[in-house]
Amino acid sequence: MENQTPLLEIKGLKTYFFLDEGIVKAVEGADITVPRKSTVGIVGESGCGKTVTAYSILQLIERPGRIESGQILWRRAPENGPEEVIDLATLKPNSRAMRQIRGGEIAMIFQEPLTSLSPVHTVGDQITEAIRLHRPVSAAEAREQAIQMLHRVGIPKPEQRIDTYPFQLSGGMRQRAMIALSLSCHPKLLIADEPTTALDVTTQAQILELMLELQNDFDMSILLITHNLGVVAETCDRVAVMYLGEVVEQADTASLFNEPKHPYTQALMRSIPILGQRNRGRLDPIKGMVPDPYNRPKGCAFHPRCTQRIAGLCDQKSPLLQTLPGSDRAVRCWLYGE
Amino acid sequence: MLSFIFRRILAMIPTLFLASIVAFVIIQLPPGDFATSYMANLAAMGDTVSQDTLENLREAYGLDQPVMIQYYKWITGIIFRGDYGLSFEHREPVSSLIWDRIWLTMWLSLVSVLLTWIIAFPIGIYSAVKQYSAGDYIFTLIGFIGVSVPAFLVALVLMYLQFKYLGQTTSGLFSDEYISAAWSWARVKDLLAHLWLPALILGLSGTAELIRILRANLLDELRRPYVITARAKGLPEWKAILKYPVRLALNPFVSTLGWILPGLISGSIILSQVMNLPTTGPLLLRSLQSQDMYLAGSMILVLSVATVLGTFVSDILLALLDPRIRYQ
Repeated sequence: MENQTPLLEIKGLKTYFFLDEGIVKAVEGADITVPRKSTVGIVGESGCGKTVTAYSILQLIERPGRIESGQILWRRAPENGPEEVIDLATLKPNSRAMRQIRGGEIAMIFQEPLTSLSPVHTVGDQITEAIRLHRPVSAAEAREQAIQMLHRVGIPKPEQRIDTYPFQLSGGMRQRAMIALSLSCHPKLLIADEPTTALDVTTQAQILELMLELQNDFDMSILLITHNLGVVAETCDRVAVMYLGEVVEQADTASLFNEPKHPYTQALMRSIPILGQRNRGRLDPIKGMVPDPYNRPKGCAFHPRCTQRIAGLCDQKSPLLQTLPGSDRAVRCWLYGE
Repeated sequence: MLSFIFRRILAMIPTLFLASIVAFVIIQLPPGDFATSYMANLAAMGDTVSQDTLENLREAYGLDQPVMIQYYKWITGIIFRGDYGLSFEHREPVSSLIWDRIWLTMWLSLVSVLLTWIIAFPIGIYSAVKQYSAGDYIFTLIGFIGVSVPAFLVALVLMYLQFKYLGQTTSGLFSDEYISAAWSWARVKDLLAHLWLPALILGLSGTAELIRILRANLLDELRRPYVITARAKGLPEWKAILKYPVRLALNPFVSTLGWILPGLISGSIILSQVMNLPTTGPLLLRSLQSQDMYLAGSMILVLSVATVLGTFVSDILLALLDPRIRYQ
């Protein structure tokens, strides 16, 4: 067997935003493990902290936000040499060490490819810039590599497309160009923040397929952030479910879908419409609203909406994310464990 | 890009035509024709003019013919012979009166625009990147003062200070020995030594405005996802900001070229009077007061053309800067 240590380990991450109105605890305890060459999904409702978690990995949180505590352990394995462990949470956002990792070792793609590429620079300019930042190559070589990369992500006539502007490409082509940009330096981890949300369904499938293909070619891991459980089921090996800034459950995809443990995950599964199943035409949404981020509920964050809450316990003490005995899945709920 | 330029040039033609009509209407506004006014004016000064001269004038400008023909004669005279008519107050062809002043006005505008950019660019970026910092508040305060205090007042204060503490006078654009000297390097140097203060004062409110505009635009752009992409690539912060959002926030800088000229012409009249600058402002004001209509009309025409050309140049620059405009 190859190296069994995980590529990325996020432990007890807390990222807060210090606003005039108060402190927003956007991430309040995220524990996520990304094994090598695997795809890990982070799912949750809007505002549950999945994007902030992803941005925290690359230290892209802007003021007034700040990583408050926790570790982000990045295991870098040089070609020949011992493995290095770097705690990304301790690096300065704009430091040389962090910038080497950004784009070079960990790359990111975003939801809206049109706005995440600069509208006034050509696709080629933006890709070659990334290549030349991380590799000692000439402008001509970088251009050659960029063309190859565009070809690899399935953009037809890459020699011509390299000189076009993003607004001249279709949505799917733009996201392909964005993927080419992010993978141009062969990163070990690709963070994809809702990469298919802005695309139509057929294009979505193509982009996801492309990402998995490239994952094989480049031996990389993918951290996929999405609210789409269907996408998770199709692509991910493992899933972390987030609610109100906390990871409430982490498991391999099959177990999570077959046997969700946390009441929130169970409720999420019930809220998926299933094609062909007659349920008197009604969905089963989760009761209540996501609480105001300034006033987190006391105790378990989910207890006001939970149907299985234990009075006197869930509304008093916050449970911890605990590994279930005899498995590699973890749940943050009083129903399991002491 | 070529077709873009071509379309812009085509679009300029009707604008220029309309500007010439307006200038012509202004010339025609006072009662009586030009020859009559010319004679009356000379007579008032105890001078006479021969009937032949008057007839020649009427003939040359078609004064006894329909308005259309007068316009035709006037505009073709300007286009083909550079003949803008006569100024009866100065008793000279208009063309010999205005060009010196127009060039000086252009120079003043250009230097003023450059100073505006040089000052506004770094301050605008600083204010946006360090929003709500002490420096941002200080520049905002100075900016509001710059917008609200009239330029002539600043000019008076600065002239007084310069006179009191440096013993210099800053009146005019040339030292006495160069006022009517021929153009030479020494004269250019002398001009530049005099030009920067009026240019600075003229650009003051524009600078303050541009700082506000750049700050607001840049604040918008800084929050766009492509800035995060740039950072996520591994670009250093300063490069991520200068290459991407600043580039997109630059549009107002280029647009200023177009509108700063008319602003300077009308806005600089008072300042030019106060600082005794030989620009177009005072001459235009004087010609309107004395109903010296060929002079007034010609200046309005030349300045409108300059404005249209300025807008044209800024449009071209904008298209070079922003491909989204180019490919429309």
